[in-house]
Amino acid sequence: MSAVDVIDVTRVFDSKGKKVIALDGINLSVSKGEILGLLGSNGAGKTTLIKILATLLLPTSGSSYVYGYDVVKDAKSVRRIINLVSGGETPGYGLLSVKENLWFFSQLYGLSSSYAREIIDTLIDDMELEQYRDTRVHKLSTGYKQRLNLAKGFINDPLLLLLDEPTLGLDVINARHIRTYIKRWVRDDPSRSILLTTHYLAEAEEVCDKIAIIYRGKIIAYESPDVLKKSITDSSVVEITVMSAGRDIDIDSILSKYGVMYEILNGIDDRMHNYTNSSNSNSNNSNAVHSGDGVRIRLMLNDESMIPSIVESLVNKGFKVSSVSKSTPTLEDVYVRYIKRYEV
Amino acid sequence: MSLSDDLVLNIKAIYARAYVRVKGLTREPHWSIAEVTIPLLSLSAYVYLYMTLDAYEYMAFVIVGGAMLAFWSNVLWGMSAQLYWEKDTGMLQHYMLTPASRMAILVGMAVGGMINTTIRSLSILAIGTLLFPVSYALNDPVALLLIFLLTIIALYGMGMLFASLFLLYGREASHIADLLQEPIYLLSGIYYPVIGSNIFPNAVKVVASMIPLTLGIDAIRLILIMGKGINDVTLHITALAILAVALLVLARIALKKMEDVSKRQGRLLLRWQ
Repeated sequence: MSAVDVIDVTRVFDSKGKKVIALDGINLSVSKGEILGLLGSNGAGKTTLIKILATLLLPTSGSSYVYGYDVVKDAKSVRRIINLVSGGETPGYGLLSVKENLWFFSQLYGLSSSYAREIIDTLIDDMELEQYRDTRVHKLSTGYKQRLNLAKGFINDPLLLLLDEPTLGLDVINARHIRTYIKRWVRDDPSRSILLTTHYLAEAEEVCDKIAIIYRGKIIAYESPDVLKKSITDSSVVEITVMSAGRDIDIDSILSKYGVMYEILNGIDDRMHNYTNSSNSNSNNSNAVHSGDGVRIRLMLNDESMIPSIVESLVNKGFKVSSVSKSTPTLEDVYVRYIKRYEV
Repeated sequence: MSLSDDLVLNIKAIYARAYVRVKGLTREPHWSIAEVTIPLLSLSAYVYLYMTLDAYEYMAFVIVGGAMLAFWSNVLWGMSAQLYWEKDTGMLQHYMLTPASRMAILVGMAVGGMINTTIRSLSILAIGTLLFPVSYALNDPVALLLIFLLTIIALYGMGMLFASLFLLYGREASHIADLLQEPIYLLSGIYYPVIGSNIFPNAVKVVASMIPLTLGIDAIRLILIMGKGINDVTLHITALAILAVALLVLARIALKKMEDVSKRQGRLLLRWQ
């Protein structure tokens, strides 16, 4: 028995008389002891699927099972063994303290007083909330609110934890703490599993055993991160570091003739890839490199023999090329490749 | 999961939800001061009006009505609009996610509201009695307690019913609450007798009698001020008992309907909708 089985699930919403297909015949399975990452752009259907598994939403058609329980017919049994944590959601009542809120949620699962006390102490300790134990929730910072939110998700010791963008808006330290904790949580008991949605692909790569990419309600890729990365070996990822020589230059105008996907990395904030397909770009986009800028251009190429020609074009347009290096494809490269393939 | 496990779970859920309410009162005591002072100011105006008219016998009516008004305000703003507010704060999703019965959550809200409001109501009654020259003639405290309990059960049953309906109506909730507030003030006879007087025609009295607050205030006045006993309020007791059962059953049906709509349309859990 798998932890999660999603069989041919479709969900159609009626929006002002217009049918919107959020999920289109999804099939998915999560094994026990596995962390499955569900990746997709906004509106791809990730949260809809999470809500169906959490018994908050009915599928239009198809079936879903959580540890063998039908999410529609056995909703109550499902609710006992799952929990859901969404990024940025309220972690409880602001007037209550951290401890009181956890106690409150424990009672909604019918935990005995002694067990509730025990698990609350453990969670407060695990989430490093000790100093805020008696602090009212409305006084907590965003990061600590999210830690409490996560603690709430573990209060019933679920078998399946649904995490919907759990590190949304968190700083590096808080996000890393959460990632470390959820990995350890599954490792400690292989009967547990996690379904995680995130926009942070590096996070998915670090945490997940398997990745499903969802695009317009369909699963377009479903494999382990390593297998997915190998699946784009026909592509080369090349990073070219350049300096512009005193003029504003539009990168698109240079790369358009090559029909390659590329992104411009100016610093750490640009790591959330924003690939542009040069053959589809228009001249009014924002990929202009300004006078004096030093930038890295990350290119995804189907044919490495284009590299000398691209470098030459950059030099001819006034760039000083300081380095050219081949890079390993990341999950972000995979994601971009798959999405672009389906967009076409 | 056995029936007894389910029962224990739901009792715990009721207790936990009531705890949140009661804790809220102790954490923000200034709210209570305002909630006692403002009704006292309102009822003082009516007391002075009756004093001016030499209608001293109605002064106790006003104080009893003012004390019971606290329950209506709580039912309207603390119960009826509560699920809607819980949705906006994101708490409704937490509830829907747990195995606790949704009815248990609503009952918990109601119990917490009853406890808080009883404290406020008794404070209004005590302070009003100290401030103004009123007298009571209580001969049957058991009847008073019975009427009081039936009244608040029926009232909170109404609040539980409205809670689901308000949620279905979305952001119109506060307007509905506004719309309900004044007509109930008018018909329930908070500051004047309705059922035993000739102010309203019989048809209006019949409609007014469908509001638990009207029946409750009338019966409490009969017992507490006019010295009547249980035999004089059997009709009130019967009507209130029927209303209590009917409203609780309707509340359960509405809650189920609300959850069905929520899961089918997927919109009721969305915040700011």
